[in-house]
Amino acid sequence: MYAIEVEKLRKEFKVYSSRSGLVGAFRDLFTRNYKMIRAVDDISFTVKQGEMVGYIGENGAGKSTTIKMLTGILTPTAGKVVVNGMNPHKEREAFVQTIGVVFGQRSQLWWDIAVQESFRLLKKVYRVSDKEYKEHMEHVIETLDIGPLLDKPVRKLSLGQRMRCELAAALIHNPPLLFLDEPTIGLDVLVKLKIRQFLKEINEKYNTTILLTTHDIADIEALCERVIMLDEGKIIYDGSLQRLKENWGEGKQVQFTFATEVTEEELCALTYDIKATWRKEETNSWVAHVAPMHVSDVISRIVARYDIQDINIDEMSTEEIIRNIYEEGVVHG
Amino acid sequence: MDKYFEMIRIRFLMMLAYRTNYYTGILIYCINIGAYYFLWSAIYNGKSAIQGMSIEQMTTYVAVSWMARAFYFNNIDREIAMEIKEGKVAVELIRPYSYLGMKTMQGLGEGVFRLFFLSFPGLIITSLLFPLHFSSDIRTWGYFALSIMLSFVINSQLNLLAGVVTFFTLNNEGLLRAKRFVIDLFSGLILPISFYPHWAQEVMKYFPFQAISYIPSMIFTESFRGQAVINGLLFQLVWSIILLFPLQLLWKVAKKRLVVQGG
Repeated sequence: MYAIEVEKLRKEFKVYSSRSGLVGAFRDLFTRNYKMIRAVDDISFTVKQGEMVGYIGENGAGKSTTIKMLTGILTPTAGKVVVNGMNPHKEREAFVQTIGVVFGQRSQLWWDIAVQESFRLLKKVYRVSDKEYKEHMEHVIETLDIGPLLDKPVRKLSLGQRMRCELAAALIHNPPLLFLDEPTIGLDVLVKLKIRQFLKEINEKYNTTILLTTHDIADIEALCERVIMLDEGKIIYDGSLQRLKENWGEGKQVQFTFATEVTEEELCALTYDIKATWRKEETNSWVAHVAPMHVSDVISRIVARYDIQDINIDEMSTEEIIRNIYEEGVVHG
Repeated sequence: MDKYFEMIRIRFLMMLAYRTNYYTGILIYCINIGAYYFLWSAIYNGKSAIQGMSIEQMTTYVAVSWMARAFYFNNIDREIAMEIKEGKVAVELIRPYSYLGMKTMQGLGEGVFRLFFLSFPGLIITSLLFPLHFSSDIRTWGYFALSIMLSFVINSQLNLLAGVVTFFTLNNEGLLRAKRFVIDLFSGLILPISFYPHWAQEVMKYFPFQAISYIPSMIFTESFRGQAVINGLLFQLVWSIILLFPLQLLWKVAKKRLVVQGG
């Protein structure tokens, strides 16, 4: 059985556009222009229990909308969603008992009261027994190192402290499925590391399924075997991170800083037969993307022709691979 | 049920976190009651009774209406509107509880807090300043307690209705403000319903507003006796049941229409 099963899921929003000017504003009072926007466009995928999946895409690609449909907040326009064997929207109250959700940009703790009071309320809300709570949460509190924060009101916590508490709050009922919508947004490196380590640990310990959206590719690299990439509401890649890297990241990149200005045409003409692609970074700095066996060839040709200030040779980073895909679309791969 | 009681407790804690608001609250209510007392003294001007109410009953009516208001009044309509406006409603919908039920419980927590920390001290202070008449009949107190519970239910239902409308309009500040004035005016808080012209009284029989303030205050001042008390309570009960239907219907449609604002 799958933890998440999605088939031809679609969500459309009506978007109103205002007319310009005073006359337009008056006309808007009576009739308004609108168009239908397809935020999620017939996507299908499945996630097995225990999998950690990175759900990525540019801003506005439809990631959050998908998560909101999977968690039962939004009603799909069309398509089938089965999560933990239930229809999230139809059986909302029973369903949400089986999931945990963290929205990085939205607090779910009560702002004015101490963290432990929020925990206590959530413990009642999810009907967690004292014994279960003690067993499970003591460990969570210790791992996330939030013991000293429990008696402080949420408004007095820093972002990193709050996010660790949010994560603990989402796990009070030890759900088999965890949705994380940008959980590391705005956090410093140490907190990020701690959160990643913690997520890995609960995944191993309880076989918790985790679906994660993020703009920090390092999150994905650290946690996810599999990525689903979304663009304009459609899935453009679904598979292992490894394969994505192999298909896209094969080859090296060589960065040259020239002493004088050069043009792309010149560079391409010079390296035409070894299929190097060139990208401009700064005014006189260009990056060549070539197969590993041609690296020395490119360097010798460029050095022979131009005055060079600096050379760097790098592997393609995942972030760059993904940037390339966002910019060019997956079809080139 | 446990979780709903826990919510009342949490609300209590939240009110305690900002308790200074409520000390000033007591003062404002006392000033309100004082102003109405002097206004009514001028209107009575030596007359023993108007519309069957003595000046003493009228003063008590005013004092009790305001104190009862502290209990039934809440801001859950504004809270719902704000949660929708800011997109916080998403977080509420991933909890295994009924959103409207939880909001009602928060309102109740707020009401109980005000009853103990605002109404009771306020009532003691005003009874020292103005001639109030408290019934010695335990049954009157019992009916009154029942009656303000129903006031709370009806007022909360109207608040929820107004709040849920935000799901459709996304911003309904105007509607909420209008609703508040309508309730203050037609519930009998400012003027007892029996003082309205006859036709207006007839019209108001078909609206739930007098169930919010007029009925409990009339019961407390013993202006209603015998059958009138029972009729009043029945009127409240019937409205609190009737209002459930549009509320359920609107909520069902609203959930489908939900748009979470702000990503």
